[in-house]
Amino acid sequence: MNAEQFVYVDNKRISVENEKNLLEVIRKAKIDLPTFCYHSELSVYGACRLCMVDVDGMGLVPACSTPPLRGMKIRTNTAEARKMRKIIVELLLANHSQNCPTCQKGATCQLQSLARRLGITEIRFKNRSPGLPCDVSSPSIVRDPNKCVLCGDCVRICSEVQSVGAIDFAYRGAQTKVIPSFGKDIDKVECVNCGQCVRICPTGALTVKSEVDEVWEALHNPVKIVVAQVAPAVRVAMGEVFGMEPGVTTTGQIAAALRGLGFDRIFDTSFTADLTVVEESNEFIKRIQSGENLPQFTSCCPAWVKFVEQYYPEFVKHLSTCRSPQQMFGSLTKEILSHEMGVKKEDVVVVSIMPCTAKKFEAKRPEFINQGVRDVDNVLTTRELGLMVKEAGLHYKDLDPESFHLPFGFKTGAGVIFGNSGGVSEAALRYVTEKLSGEKRDNYEFLSVRGEDGVRVASLRIGDREFTLAVVSGLGNARRILEKIKSGEVMYDFVEVMSCPGGCIGGGGQPVSLDPEVNRKRTKGIYENDKMLELHRSQDNPYVNQLYKNMLGEVGGHKAHEVLHTTYKNRKRISGENMALSDDNGDAGLEVNVCFGTGCFLKGSQKVLQDVLEYIRQNSLDDAVTVSASFCFERCDRGPTIRVGDEVIERCTSKRAIEAISKETGLFKAEATRHV
Amino acid sequence: MNLTRMELNRIRENFNARQNAASHRVIVCAGTGCRANGSLKVYEEFVRCLAHSGLDVVVELKDEDHDIFVSKSGCQGFCQLGPLVTILPEGTFYTKVKANDVEDIVETTIKRGELVHRLLYVEHGTNKACKAKDEILFYRKQHRFVLNNCGIIDPEDIREYIACGGYQASVKACFDMTPEGVCRLIEAAGLRGRGGGGFPTGNKWNLARQQASKKKYVICNGDEGDPGAFMDRCIMEGNPHSVIEGMIIAARAIDADEGYVYVRAEYPLAVKHIRKAIEDAYALGILGKRLLGSQYCFDLHVMEGAGAFVCGEETALIASMEGKRGMPSPKPPFPVRSGLWGKPTVINNVETLAAVPLIIASGPDSFRQTGTEFSPGTKTFAITGHVVNTGLIEMPFGTTLREIVYGVAGGVATADGEPASDGFKAVQIGGPSGGCLTKEHLDLPMDFDSLKGVGAMIGSGGLVVMNNNTCMVDVARFFMQFAESESCGKCVLCREGTKQMSLLLDDIVEGKATEETLDILEDLATAVQKGSLCGLGKTAPNPVLSTLRQFRDEYEAHVKFKYCPTGTCKALKKLRIDGDLCRGCMVCAKKCPVGAITGEKGKVHRIDEKLCIKCEVCVESCKFQAITGGRK
Repeated sequence: MNAEQFVYVDNKRISVENEKNLLEVIRKAKIDLPTFCYHSELSVYGACRLCMVDVDGMGLVPACSTPPLRGMKIRTNTAEARKMRKIIVELLLANHSQNCPTCQKGATCQLQSLARRLGITEIRFKNRSPGLPCDVSSPSIVRDPNKCVLCGDCVRICSEVQSVGAIDFAYRGAQTKVIPSFGKDIDKVECVNCGQCVRICPTGALTVKSEVDEVWEALHNPVKIVVAQVAPAVRVAMGEVFGMEPGVTTTGQIAAALRGLGFDRIFDTSFTADLTVVEESNEFIKRIQSGENLPQFTSCCPAWVKFVEQYYPEFVKHLSTCRSPQQMFGSLTKEILSHEMGVKKEDVVVVSIMPCTAKKFEAKRPEFINQGVRDVDNVLTTRELGLMVKEAGLHYKDLDPESFHLPFGFKTGAGVIFGNSGGVSEAALRYVTEKLSGEKRDNYEFLSVRGEDGVRVASLRIGDREFTLAVVSGLGNARRILEKIKSGEVMYDFVEVMSCPGGCIGGGGQPVSLDPEVNRKRTKGIYENDKMLELHRSQDNPYVNQLYKNMLGEVGGHKAHEVLHTTYKNRKRISGENMALSDDNGDAGLEVNVCFGTGCFLKGSQKVLQDVLEYIRQNSLDDAVTVSASFCFERCDRGPTIRVGDEVIERCTSKRAIEAISKETGLFKAEATRHV
Repeated sequence: MNLTRMELNRIRENFNARQNAASHRVIVCAGTGCRANGSLKVYEEFVRCLAHSGLDVVVELKDEDHDIFVSKSGCQGFCQLGPLVTILPEGTFYTKVKANDVEDIVETTIKRGELVHRLLYVEHGTNKACKAKDEILFYRKQHRFVLNNCGIIDPEDIREYIACGGYQASVKACFDMTPEGVCRLIEAAGLRGRGGGGFPTGNKWNLARQQASKKKYVICNGDEGDPGAFMDRCIMEGNPHSVIEGMIIAARAIDADEGYVYVRAEYPLAVKHIRKAIEDAYALGILGKRLLGSQYCFDLHVMEGAGAFVCGEETALIASMEGKRGMPSPKPPFPVRSGLWGKPTVINNVETLAAVPLIIASGPDSFRQTGTEFSPGTKTFAITGHVVNTGLIEMPFGTTLREIVYGVAGGVATADGEPASDGFKAVQIGGPSGGCLTKEHLDLPMDFDSLKGVGAMIGSGGLVVMNNNTCMVDVARFFMQFAESESCGKCVLCREGTKQMSLLLDDIVEGKATEETLDILEDLATAVQKGSLCGLGKTAPNPVLSTLRQFRDEYEAHVKFKYCPTGTCKALKKLRIDGDLCRGCMVCAKKCPVGAITGEKGKVHRIDEKLCIKCEVCVESCKFQAITGGRK
């Protein structure tokens, strides 16, 4: 059918193209229909009921879940629809904490602005706000259940977009709550601290853990040297806090504002991003040459790192060992500044300004704490810095631009594009191509890794080798790619992952916006920054090179490793680590592993273990067999589970275990004889 | 004629021959109600006693003839009088049978052919002792169609279902009809969903049939959850094969090869019987690959419900089957398009499916002979509350409320079950989703559309009869508390709205409400009805809205005068001593547990309202009826 599809929205004829529901069509008619639970990036949930409109012949229908039909007559503001919206907002307010003036969400709270917009002046229903405790366990996120409107946006973004599912609904009816599993604190579950839930939450139920007070305190303390580092993505979004257009670069105003707030040194994280490019690219070249641990995964996104550590520990060795630019900055600054200025390390306070909530978690990782002193003391999100600037009364828009301090304020465009998804890959390519081919290309841009898709694959030839890269944003996309790599379906040389859709410019700590156009503008702003800078390749940054010369020595060398690299851990809830039960006899012999997880234990794994140890003793096999207990093969329904050598035996009895051991040790003996 | 049809006939003839060879058959009702009253002991006692007295007794009809056959049946509907025992061929019907009555029954009835009079049912009013079911008004006035074999056949014996003509309709559907033909026949019969919505079943099947998908599902919704409703349970317990056969036919109609019976986990006997029935049907080749010798395959599984009322809503049911939280999702897409695992899925209620084989067997015209034009056939009702006879009944659509309350149920009763014919006040129909009907609706034909017209719904068929002493505000509050606790918590209107309505109703019965409360309540109820996401929320305000409409004066008495006309609402009670009647005997003062009554001997006593806890001990203890304001 080629006939034009159209509907009437408040008597206006609106053509329907790809809009799947009335809400999209109504938005197209330039009407802002209220909704809490509809987001084009998430599944249709239909729970807030705010988008109800009148359709001729159908009565009130939810616009979000009603498909447009040709000729439909839609009215958005009938008496009935208006009354419905008011009652819904009243109902929500009656079950909502009433401390709006002190709420972090404040003016950006959608519930508050909707109540104003609908002219609600009294709540006719009984206040039944539950007075539940807040969850402040996480370094990144604060959950206040008393402000939750149960729209499910956080639940869906966490599971649908990030494939983490750290929070979900529990209980029923009026007792319904969004909580981490088993009602645990959020820091005890799989939350990766990406803050996408904070971004999407319409109220103050999910907010960023503020470090504003701590930073003020450091600024007020005359002993402390307070140093700021500003992440690339902050400069194209900070203006939004003060009503400026998204994507407008206000680097100079940020520097001026930080000076105004009393920071002693103002540096740019893009500098250490340049350093990261050099180290990480070098690491990549080494891996290419040795063929080990490919694909190499980027490691600048702390939420992604935690994601790998907890879901795919087998891939941890693929992560670049480079610290993130934030942490490189921290360790370098503490060392250099304290040395230069003759102050104690703990008196140098490093404050990061980040688009990110997970950076708060990263700064507190034990790997980045030396003798009780954190490399990065505090992390402020873009929004938190905005609050400080407002508190100080600075007219941000009108501030005269100032510049960063040297040397860590000097960057190339490669360090700035880190803010976009694809930026790290492009920066690395600018280094690797030159290094491998030995020639300098005129055009520094690699457009093939740019774009909006959550997964982008690019292939290019450098010298005589074809390289394949995957650029991923959003952890759900990352999971799909990892599964494909695991199954052997795809093979890449380099995989860049940023947890937040679009990369850091869409981070959980950025000014809140649900309009996809905003991210596009920020992305554009970042690339414009690159264009405007004089240098575009990290290897051309003179201060980076100077740093290697004066302090770090060789790229990827000993000192560089000490201050610029790190290690990761297996965070799988059920650890794969073994507990030795018989004398460890080195690598030699047969390994026997008895599962001592609850399921197997209840099914009698202890008895099997005793019998196995007894058999080994009686047959003097101590030298040939190493027995250990481990926690959970994750085959609980088929326990007891025992691994003998490479064979995993389910529903194992003592007899089967001993048979397998005797067979294997027989083989071992035969092999030993052969070798002799 | 193919092999399987022949086999079915052979099983049928064989079973009937054995049954005819027996001189007596004793049927002990083993439905959930009778079991609770000890019917299994009665059954065992029959087996023991008959064998002990040297009779040739058997509990399962096999290949040789026996004299007496003792069997268990599913629910017979008259649960109030259980355990029930029927003795064939005479049809002698005994009620409230205890294990120690069995010996008497064996001696008197089975051996001597006489009646045990004390166990016969005596009709209220006429005092007539009834020998058999067909003499009892409760049964005689019914039209048992879907329930016809329920309460007679042994639900655990597939051969008896076959002996009653079972699985012939599936043979017909598989061999003699096209999927479209099956859909058309059901459409022509005008069968409408018995689960509450009343959607035309044939239509639904046809929509699913037209979906181009290799995989389709049939689901039987046995998650019956209305308080006081138990028709689906009785069918699943008493005639599980009729449900399975209905599903085979539905599968044939839409070309599905897999199905699920979603049964409430709180119905253990229904789960057991359905599981056994599926097992037996597989064993005979009625389910599985090449079922009944045809080219079709249909695998059937049982899924036990997750314990939430809302899982009766089809999208929530599917969510719970997929292992998700039992919460409804917006429609469209409807399950016929995208249901279980995103595949086209037909979900039918138990009673609907049980009617299908009967319709296929006897044809649409025969089905249309009962009921009304737009609601053909019969409907089962669970009738409870203030009536003489409570239980499970089946009536043609279009029967009047009067016929049910005064005919089948024997009229209105007091709270103690004594007849009180003029005490009719209202009927709550359709459970917590339904509405209330009053005296003016007594002659309303009970069918989908007439009820909808007066703001009620047939729902699953629960009927709660209420007498004059029932406070309608309290009733509305009861149902609202149910809806509130069963709301899944997804959409704002249902989650917050039912809670707030509950709180408003609390205020009214506690005397804290004003006239404005009623306006807020009505506004809110209307919004919840129009705006909720699923059927539970949309219908949750019905009890409030219909009582507000029918009994507004009662609400007003509560808010304006802080007075409960029936004396039900404790907080509004004002117990007073009538000075003219009080003799000053001091009995009430002594009985009062809180010392709220004072007075000297021989002088009129007084009740201190501040101390009074309204327990009404004084009312009961006063020999002169001097204390007023108690519960009527």
